[in-house]
Amino acid sequence: MPIYKKYVDMIVRYYPDGTIKPMAIWWEEGTIYEIDKIVDVRPCASLKAGGAGIRYSCMIQGHEKYIWLEENKWFVEAKGDKLDAEVSAG
Amino acid sequence: MERVILHSDCNSFYASVECLYHPEIRDKPVAVGGDVEQRHGIILTKNQIAKKYNIKTGEALWQAKQKCPDLVIVPPNYPLYMRFSKMARQIYLDYTDQVEPFGLDESWLDVTGSAVKGDGLTIAKKISARIKFELGITVSIGVSYNKIFAKLGSDYKKPDAITVMSKDNFKQIAWPLPASDLLYVGRATEKKLTSLGIHTIGDLAGTSNQILRSFFGKWGDVLYCFSNGLDTTPVAKFDNQPTIKSIGNSTTTPRDLENNEDVKIILFVLADSVARRLREQGFKARTVCISVRDNQLFSFTRQYALKQYTNITSEIAQEGFNLFCKQYHWLKPIRSIGISVTDFVSDTIAVQTDLFSDETSREKKEHLDSTVDWLKNRFGSYSVQPAVLLADRQLSGFDPKRDHTIHPVGYF
Repeated sequence: MPIYKKYVDMIVRYYPDGTIKPMAIWWEEGTIYEIDKIVDVRPCASLKAGGAGIRYSCMIQGHEKYIWLEENKWFVEAKGDKLDAEVSAG
Repeated sequence: MERVILHSDCNSFYASVECLYHPEIRDKPVAVGGDVEQRHGIILTKNQIAKKYNIKTGEALWQAKQKCPDLVIVPPNYPLYMRFSKMARQIYLDYTDQVEPFGLDESWLDVTGSAVKGDGLTIAKKISARIKFELGITVSIGVSYNKIFAKLGSDYKKPDAITVMSKDNFKQIAWPLPASDLLYVGRATEKKLTSLGIHTIGDLAGTSNQILRSFFGKWGDVLYCFSNGLDTTPVAKFDNQPTIKSIGNSTTTPRDLENNEDVKIILFVLADSVARRLREQGFKARTVCISVRDNQLFSFTRQYALKQYTNITSEIAQEGFNLFCKQYHWLKPIRSIGISVTDFVSDTIAVQTDLFSDETSREKKEHLDSTVDWLKNRFGSYSVQPAVLLADRQLSGFDPKRDHTIHPVGYF
């Protein structure tokens, strides 16, 4: 399965000291996936999606998922073909 | 005490960043090239696969395409490269505050005092691994006891390699290399050295500095020091901004310049940027230089010392244009042109006026400039322009102040 870079809607909490904590992903069909726990935060590149930024390793419904904050946009490594995804979305 | 200096060089920097961002072209020959339409159509960098096709930095895109018809050419994305450059420097700064950038993709690090993080080789390995993990690109690092050999080390093996040039092994590693690998041995110096029978860095090191001085002047001593590993230039602290000695802008124009009117348009755009940068830095300058390259790629520079220090846009533009008119006789059309100013004083220094220049009008011009600066900062560089720029929008439609954020640097 190919992997592409998918920018996502995020619900994020900003703390007074400037810390940022992603709370949930707002998936395209309106489903909200809550992040149960953040297990790791570090600068990291994504070779699969093609990008680099701060990588949050998040537990979502028992699975560990990576979400990147690249400057001011959030992305994930999504499975599937980018073109197909764009066609079905729009 | 022996210093521990690293030189870190991001391999095929622009091309590597583009390949990271475009996974689909990673296994193809890729080059980053300028805009052909704007006649900036040369190869800026190429990836490892393109290197196998003998594609050279600086050659025209059509030449590169002839060598490798499948070459993928992507336009440069400078803001992205600057972000990556900054990210790399942030990593370096975790190990030492003596980080001296040399262009966007290279830096020297003095880690003599960073023993808690390990010795030079250990730190180099850590940096290399972190760059790969955090930035997704690779670096070559040279480890040595002076800046020159550290740089030789980072060039020695590419990509993704670490080379140690210590006092014990530099004679085996550095000395057999061609003299032209040494910093500041360009084509002209190399030719001169060859005529003296000096081919390698070892040959250079074995030549007495009196002989070198007799041929190269004070550069002879520099070459002697460089080749023998005697360079003691310190690695600058990161926040230590080098003193600015000149400010200039140049451009290759979208079409050849055919007459004085064309040149005037370009010089006014460039002078506007130069003068604004000059005022931002709080300087006045007294020497105006122009550089001209004709369409046969022959180039020359000329300079002229003004009577008074100035930061007035119209004066700099006019003096540059006068200098050009005096020096160029239009045997050939012009491909690129530049203007720069040097010989600075602070703009707060009192000025000696003379009886024959109209100080009131100069003061008015200064006020005008500061007002225009304010307008341009707020509404963009195109908000206020001299009427001459409206004569040819194609020529004047570029913004050197915003577009050209990468300025070349020298070692000294």
